[in-house]
Amino acid sequence: MNLFDYVRPASVAEAVAAGSQPGAAYLAAGTNLLDLMKGGALRPGRLVDVTRLPGLDRIETLADGGMRIGAMVRNADLARDPAFAAAYPAVAEALLSGASPQLRNAATVGGNLMQHTRCAYFHDAASACNRRDPGAGCDARGGENRNHAVLGWSDACIATHPSDFCVPLVALDAVVEIEGPDGRRDVALEDFHRLPGTTPERETVLRAGELITALRLPPEAGGFRTHARYLKLRERTSFAFAIVSAAAMLRIEGGTIQSARLALGGVAAKPWRAKAAEELLIGAAPTVESFATAAEAALTEAMPSGDNAYKIELAKRVLKCALLLAADGTPRRMPALPASVFNFDTGCHSHA
Amino acid sequence: MPDHMSDTIPFSAAPHVRLGSSSGQPITRRDGVLKVTGAATYAADNHPAGMLHAVIAVSTIARGRVASLDVAAAKAHPGVVEVITPANRPPLALDPDVKHGMFGFRFDALQNDRVRYAKQPIAVVVAQTLEAATEGARLLSPTYEIEPARIGFDGGEHFDPPMVSIGAPPNFDRGDLAAGLSAAAHLIDTHYETPAQYHNAMEPHAIVAEWDSDRLTIDTPNQAIVMMRGAFAEFFDVPAENVHLRSPFLGGGFGSKAIMAGPHILCILAARMLRRPVKLVLPRDQMYGPVGHRGATQQHLRLGLDAEGRLTALEHHALATTSSFDDFIEAAANASHNLYASPAISTRHRAVRVDIGTPGPMRAPGEASGSAALECALDEAAAACGIDPLEMRLRNYADIDPATGRPYSAKALRACYAQGAERFGWAGRPLAPRQMRCDAGHLIGWGMGSALFPAPMFQAEARATLRADGTALVETAGADMGQGAWTVLAQIAADGLGLDIEKIEFRSGSSDLPDGGVAGGSGHTATAGSALHNAGTDAIAKLAEIAANDPASPLFGTGNAGVEARNGRLYHRSDRSRSESYGDILARAGLATIEGNGKGGRDPAAAEARAMFSHGAVFAEVKVDPDLGQVRVTRLVGAFAAGRIINPRLARSQLYGGMIWGLSFALHEEAIHDRRSGRIINADLAGYHIPVHADIPEMEALLIDEDDPYVNGLGIKGVGEIGITGTVGAIANAIWHATGVRVRRFPIRIEDLIG
Repeated sequence: MNLFDYVRPASVAEAVAAGSQPGAAYLAAGTNLLDLMKGGALRPGRLVDVTRLPGLDRIETLADGGMRIGAMVRNADLARDPAFAAAYPAVAEALLSGASPQLRNAATVGGNLMQHTRCAYFHDAASACNRRDPGAGCDARGGENRNHAVLGWSDACIATHPSDFCVPLVALDAVVEIEGPDGRRDVALEDFHRLPGTTPERETVLRAGELITALRLPPEAGGFRTHARYLKLRERTSFAFAIVSAAAMLRIEGGTIQSARLALGGVAAKPWRAKAAEELLIGAAPTVESFATAAEAALTEAMPSGDNAYKIELAKRVLKCALLLAADGTPRRMPALPASVFNFDTGCHSHA
Repeated sequence: MPDHMSDTIPFSAAPHVRLGSSSGQPITRRDGVLKVTGAATYAADNHPAGMLHAVIAVSTIARGRVASLDVAAAKAHPGVVEVITPANRPPLALDPDVKHGMFGFRFDALQNDRVRYAKQPIAVVVAQTLEAATEGARLLSPTYEIEPARIGFDGGEHFDPPMVSIGAPPNFDRGDLAAGLSAAAHLIDTHYETPAQYHNAMEPHAIVAEWDSDRLTIDTPNQAIVMMRGAFAEFFDVPAENVHLRSPFLGGGFGSKAIMAGPHILCILAARMLRRPVKLVLPRDQMYGPVGHRGATQQHLRLGLDAEGRLTALEHHALATTSSFDDFIEAAANASHNLYASPAISTRHRAVRVDIGTPGPMRAPGEASGSAALECALDEAAAACGIDPLEMRLRNYADIDPATGRPYSAKALRACYAQGAERFGWAGRPLAPRQMRCDAGHLIGWGMGSALFPAPMFQAEARATLRADGTALVETAGADMGQGAWTVLAQIAADGLGLDIEKIEFRSGSSDLPDGGVAGGSGHTATAGSALHNAGTDAIAKLAEIAANDPASPLFGTGNAGVEARNGRLYHRSDRSRSESYGDILARAGLATIEGNGKGGRDPAAAEARAMFSHGAVFAEVKVDPDLGQVRVTRLVGAFAAGRIINPRLARSQLYGGMIWGLSFALHEEAIHDRRSGRIINADLAGYHIPVHADIPEMEALLIDEDDPYVNGLGIKGVGEIGITGTVGAIANAIWHATGVRVRRFPIRIEDLIG
């Protein structure tokens, strides 16, 4: 690990000032950044520790019925917050399906949005990676890429965004609150992460020095609480990133879908909102057929970026399955294996 | 130490538990409190005064040579003390490119600028802090002359290895294979592939080396303490007794800590060069290069079967990867030698040279990979013959060892099959796949496999010293890798001395003790245990001699065969009223202590006469999502017969560990190479998957009683590795039974099952 400066600002304004210096990086729990620094993939010259900034660790219900979550709220705390979990059960389920208990106890909301791809070639400092080193090339192309992107990728980069949390959030129109050298601004989460295009190194729309301070859920987001699921396929039951995941949330009245919110994870460089599929479901009956049609629509633009064509079919099936689970209704209690297809066991082990 | 948990374990009334004996009791780990309180010192916990930190710079290419290293930049970094490269590396007494002894491997210790695999050591940076050494290593910024990496089965040169595993013949034939195949009513011709796997012990390889003139102290986790002391001594041209190797605790070894590797030698060299203690701890990613792994295999099996499903021929060929500069050939095909009765058995090994670190023994070396393929092939045969897989195995039950024609020393495999099947509820399993579903619509499958592992013994020595206060000191340089040697060996020693285990002070894990042999091959308990027991009986015999010749003793005139040692007293065998405590005998003789010595090893005549194996049967249930291909193992039941079980709690723990390893083999583990660079792209525990707790189902390991009078005087076999065998196949076969899909490459993944 390189030598670096460590600063611990006392206020958001101080943090932004420190974070605006060239070579600076914000440090929250460090569950991703420190690993990348130890492996030599990232080498910031200055770490600005934002974990002790006042006021960023609150979970608030807003007057309009929405919720605001401070950027330093820990994943585990958020997932177990009764009001939050009741309002957005798919988000809580996604959180609990991510990483491991130890990591969830440390990792923050803001850090989750800012985490880098788990593409092995990004992490391996000896590999060519346009995302890490613009213009270097992409060793993932033609390499080991069975878990790489099938949507929104480019010749320059085929990496995926690893977050579970962001997948239902993007479907719920979450908004990111940002403080920067030029003041405060809001960005829709859907616009926050960028597809790679020719500039994969620009992973988000954040400008130099900008800091995520909170995440906001609009009032409508709470309207899906009775039919909301997150489903995640992975190679082991915990501490594994999604091969493909899906968030499905429905408002069903009188046997008809009034509104649908759908997003996919593990398929693109950003959490992938499936708006065309959502629109197909409005007015439809919650049936296998309509869900299959919607799932098909969500993947129409999908293309293998390597040895990963199977992910396209798998994504359709996961989305369909998530829709079926959502139509069945949100489980009364959090399943013991959150976001797993295996959550049907009964008895004392069936709930987390 | 109190046995806090024994009340939670039902007392086993198995006949091998002798009343008043420590052996057979489910005693908790004697080192458990030390470990859970952090008081157990592992190698890297040692910080001698003045210690420096070494970090290895490793190659990022798999083949070629190092063209340049920016030594000046590294040396200029604050805190860096020295940079060792091939240009200034002090000489070693032996050439690391020459194999020394049967267990010797060639290794890389900066002998030249060649690169033969990714993560090969190319320099060592020594600094005041770990951070400075790490950054110094990065600042070396090596440049290379790169040659194309040879990776994969078709990447390198194929050859006929002169031997496989450690010293085993590569080929084997018994009976007329061609005749057996042509007589067959059913022919199964199938193939399986297993990937490169890495030991990934929780504790990384670590060493702290300190020289005092020509005396060397090394703290390093090691599975063969006295043997390796000698090997280290030879490389530094000092007498073996000048080297003190301390290895009280290992955080897992699995074979990778039985072998000398470059990093250890480099750390010792650095300490001698700088005249300071030096610590070297491999970061996780550097454990994917110089410290061994399980080589990948491609296996081809042909099974001839008669109309009733009896084998007429069994052919098993294996192609295994090894490095470009040394041979360790995963002896996968040998798994077909000793398990199923076939009039003709033929096995072959070929090998392929690729640009990776040399493979080595990894928990159940050969047996794990070979069993995976063999048990799946048997399952295919059962399906082809329309026979239940358990019935298939019973029809091919070997009453004598098919490879040698010798009788087994003991073989309670029928009981394993019967009791395992009963516990699992195997009866009524539909023959055809895709017949069972749960309420949630998931496919359910049941599969099984036979487990087999040799019951070898090596050589070990031990010393037992009875003290006048009625306690005893017992000593052997054993290795506890977490398997429980601290506890189990003490139990055996206690029995040898006729003492309660609380009276036993057990010293182990240090090379200044009698040679405890190797903790490997599932033979440590049998070997070191026999030595300890013999040392104890030797001490008791001397004590009895004193008593029998002492007119003042109530045992006067008994002769030493006429007494029995129990609970700190010698009793007259036929007159229980005549007894005397050890302390009283010693006191009257004016002795503070009396010492016994013992050896452990196999009786050569018994080894010639009998085939010696542990056996078992594993039954697995899986659920598979029919649309999504996600697999969950929901039940695992193993039944194992492994001679006399010294500690059922720890034996079960070992068997659970093996079975979980089997699950890991079946569904998770694989080192993924980038074929262009030769680098492993998942060289960490986030990318190289082993199961998490939530992946592990309800498990049971039944201990099937087995009295083996031939393996050794104590009747002990081993349980360290057998749990892997059988389990891999059982899970793969259950997945076939659930889905109808026969996956022929491990690990089995979602994309294999979504069709």
